[in-house]
This record gives sequence, structure tokens and C-alpha cells, in this order.
Amino acid sequence: MGTNFLDNSFFRNIYCNLSKSDDIRCSGGGWLGDGILPAGFEWLAFLITAVVMAMVLINLVLGSVLIFIWAERRLLGRFQSRSGPNRWGPYGTLTPVADAIKTMFKEDIVPTAADRWVFNAAPIVMMVPATMVLAVIPWGTGTFLADLNIGILFIIAITSLSTFAIVMAGWGSQNRYAMFGAMRAVAMLISYEIPMALSLLGVLMLAGSLSLVSVVNAQDVPFILVQPLGFLVFFIASIAEINRAPFDVAEAESELGAGYHSDYSGMKFGLFLNAEFMATILSAAVIVAVFLSGGRGWSFIPSQGWFIIKMIPVLFFIVWTRAAWPRMRIDQILTFAWKGLIILAFINVAVSAILSFVWPDPTMRELWFMVAINFGVLIVSVMAVGAWFGPQGASAPNMSHGDALPRPRPAGQPSGGDS
Amino acid sequence: MNVAMSGSELADAIREIDSEAVTDQSDDAVWITAESWPDVAASLRDSEALSFEMLSLLTTVDYIDHFEVIYHLLSLSKNRTGVVKIRCGEGRIDPTVPTAINVWRGADLQEREAYDLMGVKFEGHPNMKRLMLWEGFEGHPLRKDYLR
Amino acid sequence: MTLKSEPVIVNVGPQHPSTHGVMRLRVAFDGELVTDAEMIIGYLHRGSEKLAEERTFTQVVTLTDRMDYVAAMTNNQAYILAVEKLAGIEPTPRGVWLRMISAELQRIASHLIAIGFLMQDLGAMGTPLMYTMREREDIMDMFELMCGARITNSYHRPSGVFQDAPPELWPRLEAFLVEMPGRIDEYEQLISGNEIILSRMRGIGIISPEDMINASITGPMLRAGGVDWDIRHQQPYEYYDRVEFDRPIMDESDNYARYLVRVYEMRESLKILRQCIDQIEPGPARDPEVPFVIRPPKGDAYVPIEGPKGELGFYLVSDGGISPYRCKVRPPSLLNLTLLREMVIGLPMAAMIVTFGTVDINMGEVDR
Repeated sequence: MGTNFLDNSFFRNIYCNLSKSDDIRCSGGGWLGDGILPAGFEWLAFLITAVVMAMVLINLVLGSVLIFIWAERRLLGRFQSRSGPNRWGPYGTLTPVADAIKTMFKEDIVPTAADRWVFNAAPIVMMVPATMVLAVIPWGTGTFLADLNIGILFIIAITSLSTFAIVMAGWGSQNRYAMFGAMRAVAMLISYEIPMALSLLGVLMLAGSLSLVSVVNAQDVPFILVQPLGFLVFFIASIAEINRAPFDVAEAESELGAGYHSDYSGMKFGLFLNAEFMATILSAAVIVAVFLSGGRGWSFIPSQGWFIIKMIPVLFFIVWTRAAWPRMRIDQILTFAWKGLIILAFINVAVSAILSFVWPDPTMRELWFMVAINFGVLIVSVMAVGAWFGPQGASAPNMSHGDALPRPRPAGQPSGGDS
Repeated sequence: MNVAMSGSELADAIREIDSEAVTDQSDDAVWITAESWPDVAASLRDSEALSFEMLSLLTTVDYIDHFEVIYHLLSLSKNRTGVVKIRCGEGRIDPTVPTAINVWRGADLQEREAYDLMGVKFEGHPNMKRLMLWEGFEGHPLRKDYLR
Repeated sequence: MTLKSEPVIVNVGPQHPSTHGVMRLRVAFDGELVTDAEMIIGYLHRGSEKLAEERTFTQVVTLTDRMDYVAAMTNNQAYILAVEKLAGIEPTPRGVWLRMISAELQRIASHLIAIGFLMQDLGAMGTPLMYTMREREDIMDMFELMCGARITNSYHRPSGVFQDAPPELWPRLEAFLVEMPGRIDEYEQLISGNEIILSRMRGIGIISPEDMINASITGPMLRAGGVDWDIRHQQPYEYYDRVEFDRPIMDESDNYARYLVRVYEMRESLKILRQCIDQIEPGPARDPEVPFVIRPPKGDAYVPIEGPKGELGFYLVSDGGISPYRCKVRPPSLLNLTLLREMVIGLPMAAMIVTFGTVDINMGEVDR
């Protein structure tokens, strides 16, 4: 049963050391010898290997959450012309560790009015999609837990589970602010799933497969160049999906306190926080895998290294957005998704369909033609949608429109009162 | 420049509106009767010559034997200010003044505050509740006989 | 098909990040839309007006600091002007110039706070706030040079200010005047043209100028409604008739107009500061003949000034004693809230918070 995982070098290294598999890829056993476990215990070897791999990956991502928290706080400090955390450890690197310890030892409060089961289950449900998405991401050549042939579909399906967790948290808290946050989150997440899925259609047409590994392998030219419009829509939609600025209406701290996790404390809050940061890292990982050619690069850096190097600018951009932009309003966010992003995604789908009809099996040269055409489409369509959608301002009743910014004029005489 | 209407000027103007309204006048203020206040206020705001569009400040003062409600009026179009005072609650008994909220909306919070802290009631105010202090607070702190 | 929905009543405050202090709004929501709002204040009520009756005229200055604590200098100024009118004290010229300099610096500081926290209400993650705070820090340092205190200054005294500004202040002020226009441009680049800001602030929270005048709303709010009413120009106090400045007026009367008027007022304040520095003359910063314990004659006095938030003034009554018989503040923050309910009804929750932010209130002044 484990045999189709043996392409995975990580898996093979552990599995072949443990079991007496007769698979050709395991010939000669591992470096420890020809299988430690007796014959007939391949299932145990598989189980141990799978658990070890899951442990390693989850802990690596959790560790990277700590690094990301530190990096984000330092970066935000720089953006805001202050120093950021700098007390614990060199350059404040231990600050997230201290934060984590503090979070663990905080009192775990459950509000009296809360629906205890729902309230307690919500943070766990929140963590599930974040950890499950890990499995299908190709972190490098042969470095993945599972090469699902429906990988992209799996990601889109699993990430929408976090909506449940948010509704559970909002409902279970019996807090009106939390409920507001949950309602906003549901409206937003459901709306943004559509452009997110649509924007990947173009990639799928080019790659001809739903598997993330195949998508990476298909990227002789990174798809950010071949599919710029798809990338733009996917990037915006995934920022919305992970609830970050300027789409952080679900936990809009200036409006709702902390939104759906207002009433959580201690490690339950820690789980929410963790899941959110994991979601950020994983969305960056998906962007790297789908649009930035994953772990491919010049061979003097290992593919895993390339993957991480490519993730850094994506994460930087996400943090930059957060530092620079104010929050959008929920109705504007929904209008933006339905009237802006979905249209752009459909344009992208149409253009990609035509192009892949013209060049069913593109060569390198044809791919570069596609790049040129698609960048033209990007500029024209974004400007067209922007002109139709932008200056009017998103929704809001009785809004006055005008292109030029109004400027106060120096005044002369009093203009009078009740005239 | 600031053109503060003198008391006599303002008194003449008010006498035109209601001949029995003015009870006293000084250099910079006019005292009028509480009963005439709603009509006088409306005319002060609406008359072309005065047009006091804004109630700049509403104050109450506790003069031990009586209370005084002081209205600082402001005309933006004429750039003029005027001061109207109303004596009420002679002998500290039940100081009451008709509300000005129908004339100047800005009287809303100021009258509530005056009621809260000084205990001057404004008849006809739709929401005569305490503003700063809580419901059930005893006494009115800005009165001179309020014991800490 | 119409869905029937039930109003949800939410307490926005007193512990809420965007109420600028401890204010409580009981808001009825229909979905995201505000259907009714009630303002409940008084959580910061300290009875300043009653306390003033127990202190000498000079001691009350410290109480005025604590009313609008982000604009202590203008509060000092308003109070001192009333005392001077009441007691017939003539201020020294240098004292007046120093008072004007400190008041204009304070106006910039107050507007910086207003803009920064407005952006925080808009969810801007603190970046504009940190920028504005950085400049406010400069101003606070200058205040520290002038009077040793940063927030609760108590700098002004009857007949002037309590001590002359040290020589180190002037290069500092010069550098500030050179640097600040660029900083204001920086905010404008970051904020004013941002699409999200525009779509969230334009056309929201409109009140007609007639309503505002009727409701005693003054200051930048009124000027954003197209009414040219600036007491510094219309009824000049101190030496404001010797400086030239423009009043930014906008006709939109929406949140964006209120924001932009504040930005432009900061530029005008810089102009005034420049002229103050040019015209300030040597001499005593206060009249040593004026005693600490003043006994003004019987009477009353009210001097309105243009505070950062609107018309600010102290109505003082003297019975001939050493302390005010009655000291009443005209609180622009409180009066600017008069129409809050009308402004926010029908808006979504997020727009309500922003509208509340553009009114620019200070709870220390609302509750006193």
C-alpha cells in the first residue's frame, strides 16, 4: 500500500530502513541495513514512517510560524518607523517563544453563557484544515507527504472548512461581536472561494493536471508570467481567505474588538492565532507551488531551499499590504469579489482556454508568446474593470462620485448660516 | 472683529419681540422672564436683524437665592454674540426654564448636563435624563449646597 | 422575498478600541446597518467644574489641562483669556506670542492625533498612527523645553506664560517648521489618495451645514461643511489679527472632508507659527506685577477661542474672591456629538466607527 509513496525520497529513506520491502526502489535497503522490522510488518513500517513524516512537517511549519511571527513584527516595526520586538534573544528572535509560553500558561476562560462544546471544539476545527493542506504541498523535488491527483481541488475544499470553525467560534461564544465577526467571515470566505477556484483554472489548463507535483513540473516558465491575471486574482483571494489586511473584517479590531475569537483566551486563542499564521504560510506555499514554479531553480541550492527563498517575498508582500493599507468594509469586500475579481477570473479562464486551444501542447517559445498575450490581457482587463468599478467607489449609499480629489479652498467671507 | 451686542441693544431688540420679556439689563447681558423664552428664542434665531443661528453656550449658575440660566448666542452671518440670562428658582425652589431644543438643537446635551449637574429642569425637553452621572444619583453636584 | 430580521443591540464601549476613551454607544443593528444609536457618557466625569470652585484662579489652570488632554495648551489659553478678561489683566507681548506658538503647536499635535486614530479606526494597522505620533513626539519635546511637561502643560498664566521659552527651543522649532510640510505630504501620499480610504470615507456621515450650526457644532467639522467660521479669523483673540492664514473649507461635509480639512489646517498652523517666530519680540514672558492669587472684581466673562476641535471657551463668574464662583467650559467635543445619532443611522458598522472617529472627540473633554 505504501509503494506509490516510494517516489518520495523522504519517505523512501525511512521506509526502506524499516521494512524488508522487495520494491526495486528500495533495493539494498536503507543505510541502516536491510530492514529492521521482520518480514510481514511492512504495514508497521508504513505507519511509523507516515507518523514521523507528519510530525516532522507539522513541527517544521509550526516552527516557521514562530519565525514568521517574529519577522512580521520586526517588519511592521520597520514599516512604522519603530524598532519592533528586540528584547528577547538576538534581534528579539525569542519574542514569539516567550509569547507562546505566556499563551500556554494563561487562564483558559470559558464564558458562562457559551455553548461549551461548540466553543471548545472551534479552535481544533480551525487547526484541521491548516494542518491538512500541508500534506499536498510539494516542498521540493520529492519532498511531499502525498501527491494527490486532485491536489488543488483538495486544497480548495479543505481550506473552506475553516469557515465552520469561525462560525462555531462566533456562535459558541454567545457574544455579539463574535457573531458579527463570524457572519462577516462566512460571507467573505464563501465569496472569495469562487474567484480563488476560478483563477486556478487557467493553471490547470496549462498543466493538464490537478496534482500540485505535476503543476510544478509543468512550469518551465513560472506560471506567474504565463498567468499574471490568474496570479493577481489568486493572490488577492488568498489574502482574503486567510483573513489578513485589507480583508481582516472578521477580526476587525477597531470595530469588533477581536471578532470571532473575542472570548477565547489561553491556548485556545493560541490555536486560532497559530492556525491563522499557518494559513498565511501555507497560502504563500501554494502560491509558490502553483505560480512560482515551486522548488525549481538552479541546482546549487537544493529545491527545498528554492521553495523557501521564493516564499519569502510572497510573505513579505502580505506583511507589506497589512502595514500599508487600511481595512475594507465588508460590503465593499463582497462587491469587490463579485463584481471585480470574478469577472477578472472569468476573463482569465476565457483567454487561457483560447490559448490552450491554439497551442494545446505549448513549447517554450509558445509559452513566451502566451506570456506576452496574457500580460496584455492583464493590463487591459484590470484597467477596464478598474474604470468600471474603481472610481465609483465600492457600494455605499448616497456616495458622491468624482475623479479629482476635492481640495479645501481658501475662503473669503462667511457663507452664512440658515440660508 | 468680535461684535458683542451690548445689553441695551439686545434688550431693545427683545422688547420688540415681547414687550414684557425684559426684566433687567447690564452692559453685556439681558435678563428676560422664563415664560417669554420660547417665543423670544425663536425670534432671536429667525429675525433678519439678529439671526442668532447658534446657541454657543448654555450655562447655569447657582446664586444661592436663585439660579440663573445663561445663553451665549452667536450669529455666524452677522458675526455677533449676545448674552441672554434667565432668573429662575427663586428661593431655590424648583428651578424651571422652558427648553430651547426646538429652536437650537445644540441645547440638547447642554440642557441635559445642566439638569444633571445643577438641577435646573428644562420643560419640554424630550429626554430630560442625567447625562454625566448615573441614574439614581442623589443631588446635583454643582449646586452650592451639595455636600461631598 | 423579504427576510425578516431582528434588531441586535450591541454595546459599543465603554471598553472598545474605537470609542476614543470610555464612551458607550448602545447601537441597534439590523444586520450590519445601524438602526438606532444612543450615546451614554460620563465614565470619565471627574467634576472638574466643581473642583475649579475650590481652587484659586491660577490653580485652575492645572484642571484645564486634564479636560482635553491631547490639547492642553489651547485649554490653558482659553481659560487664561477668560481670566484676563475677568480681571482686566493686560498680557505682555512676548507672553502672547509664546501662547500663540504653543497653541498652534498644540493644534497640530491634536490634529495629528485625530488623523492617526482615525486611520486606526479605518483599520490601517498603526502605520499612519505611528507616523503621526512620531511628529507629535517632536511637538511634545518642544513643550518639554518650554515648560517641562509634555501633556499636562499648565504653561499659560494670567499676563503671559509662566516662564520664557529657552533659547534651545528656537532651532528646534525652526527644524520642525522646515521638516513638517514634507511630513504632511507624506501622510497625504499614504492616506489621501488611497482607494480604500476614499471609498470608505467619501459620502459617508454627511450632515448639512444648517443642521450643524443649529446643533452648535463648530471647528473643523463645521468648516468641512462649507461654513467659513474660524474664531481666529472672525473674532480674533490674542494676536491672531497680526498673522495671515487661510481657512480650509470644504463643501462635502462628509468624513473625507473632515479629514482633509484637518490636514490642511496643520499647514495653516505652520504658516502661523512661522509668522509668530518672525514677529516675536523680546521682553518679559509675564507681568511680574500680577500676583499669583488674583481677586477679579465681581462679574462674569466668556472668551471663545478656536480650539483644535471647535469653539472652546470658559465662562467664569467671580464673586470677588480668590477662586471662580462658577467655571463652565464650552466643550466642543461634547457639542460636536449632538448629531451623532443622526449621522450614524443607516450606516454599516464600520462606517459608524469611522464617522465617530472623524468627529474627533476627546473623552476627557466630553465628560470633564
